[in-house]
Amino acid sequence: MNNSLYLRRRLINGFNLTMSTLAMAFGLFWLGWILLTLFGNGLEAISWATFTQDTPGPDSAGGGLLNAIIGSLMMALIGTLIGTPIGILAGIYLAEYGQRGWLAPTARFINDILLSAPSIVIGLFVWIAYVQYIGHFSGWAGSFALALLVIPVVLRTTENMLRLVPNSMREAAYALGAPRWKVVTVVTLRASKAGVITGILLAVSRISGETAPLLFTALNNQFFSANMNQPMANLPVTIFKFAMSPYENWISLAWAGALIVTMAVLILNVIARSLLKKEST
Amino acid sequence: MVTSVPAAMFVTSRESFMSDPARPARPPLADILFFNLTRGAALLVLVLLTAIIISLVHGSWDSLTHFGASFLLSPSWDPVAQNFGAWRPIQGTLITSFIALLIGVPISFGIALFLTELSPLWLRRPLGIAIELLAGIPSIIYGIWGLFVVAPILMEGKELTWLGITIPPIQPWLTEVTSGIPVIGPLFDGPPFGIGMFTAGLILAIMVIPYIASVMRDVFEVVPPMLKESAYGLGATTWEVVWNVVLPYTKTGVVGGIMLGLGRALGETMAVTFVIGNSYDSIDSLFHAGNSIASILANEFAEASDALHYGALIEMGLILFLITFVVLALSKLLLLRLQKGEGSHS
Repeated sequence: MNNSLYLRRRLINGFNLTMSTLAMAFGLFWLGWILLTLFGNGLEAISWATFTQDTPGPDSAGGGLLNAIIGSLMMALIGTLIGTPIGILAGIYLAEYGQRGWLAPTARFINDILLSAPSIVIGLFVWIAYVQYIGHFSGWAGSFALALLVIPVVLRTTENMLRLVPNSMREAAYALGAPRWKVVTVVTLRASKAGVITGILLAVSRISGETAPLLFTALNNQFFSANMNQPMANLPVTIFKFAMSPYENWISLAWAGALIVTMAVLILNVIARSLLKKEST
Repeated sequence: MVTSVPAAMFVTSRESFMSDPARPARPPLADILFFNLTRGAALLVLVLLTAIIISLVHGSWDSLTHFGASFLLSPSWDPVAQNFGAWRPIQGTLITSFIALLIGVPISFGIALFLTELSPLWLRRPLGIAIELLAGIPSIIYGIWGLFVVAPILMEGKELTWLGITIPPIQPWLTEVTSGIPVIGPLFDGPPFGIGMFTAGLILAIMVIPYIASVMRDVFEVVPPMLKESAYGLGATTWEVVWNVVLPYTKTGVVGGIMLGLGRALGETMAVTFVIGNSYDSIDSLFHAGNSIASILANEFAEASDALHYGALIEMGLILFLITFVVLALSKLLLLRLQKGEGSHS
């Protein structure tokens, strides 16, 4: 009797732990499958021309993704340049000045929500507040939308990293007579440099794959254009447009683009994480 | 020489205190500037939220005043007749997110359990990173993969020659297996086209797993080892420890993690747009093509015809933002409560 109860408990335990292991395998399975598909279809489609030629017209052979890659790089760069300083400064406020008052907890709360808020709504916001007024889609609008996605990521990592800096370092700096702004910029921010850079890299990796906020802001451009005041080609929207098209050449370029974007995002992710690991050990 | 510098500074600052004892020492101008700069940046976050809400309300004003509350429950969407209603997309958003949670939550729990209790120590970090990479993959990649790889398999199966096995067509198989069962049967009785609500929910499930699993893992890790060891000491099995000790201790955090996943699923755009099928028809089965708020925005916004059409689309965006805001706020509050509880326990 007692033995059968024990056996039952052990069986339940064994079964559930097996299921848990299977769940883990299940998760890894999807990752593997997605990457395999991407490499399988992407490598076939990728060639030197992908990086040297502009996107082809409908139903025409050849062509590449040059304009889309350049457009994506420009908008990601400008978006990061706009969003990062704001994120870092706000992160400093939350970590260094936020012990008292209502602002820091409120901003932290709102920021965490913006971090997960649907990015398509950010695109909608930039459309209403900017695109609608200037009357046309533009690279600037795309960069603004991306900047708004950078801020929450950078803010959060900056705050978390600054909080890890031991107080004794701040006190030592104060004891030497340093004013507060110097303590923050020269001592604490410098101490958490690796963490802050990690945050920036994660933000870049996030925006380089974002499609939804660019749909109504930068739109797309079939031709090469480095003019930020015009609709701008970018990889994600090009992938979207090409993948949904009936043309075989476009679809295969979409796979090439998908592989490029994913590799960029994953490599940035891995670099960011390894940076953080080196710092923490 | 170096040591003399701070000493000199100390003396001067004390002298300035002495000269005016009633007034506390004023921080230097640079300090005030820097403080206000960072404060301004923090304020900007709040301004941003307010600006988003105001501009969404402003942008949807035509639609808000024209349709009123009936917009929410009206199932029609007819740009030609200027008659818009949000019901179908809202329905689609809720159904796909629900499927995502139904599949995603148990699997995330399994993954978190594996990572905290079963995995050998040296494997924990790489496996954790692998799951987090799943979250890093852009949603458009899930979309293109779902459309070209998953949907055909759901529709007509696939022969894996290199493994020597054949995956049966999953949707017809599900229809057959569930036919005759009340309630569930009709759900799976539909056109097996590969794309539709079911596929969208399935892809969303994979996308929310990393978010839910990593929150669950993090909260499982805060359970004091003492509690777990006491249970083990009483002879509990690993499963019993997790089910009766870890889960009750972390339940607010676990619910918070699920809400976070829900918030992500509700607003997910590109992956859903690829596989949901973009249809306004009424939905009588999960295999039917449908629509979600985000997918309708992605499909129609750039080509909207007139002011009312724009207004209606923006109002959908407003609805989506408000729903996700509430869900994410709840998630955050639950996670904060766990943190506070943790403080008082220790």
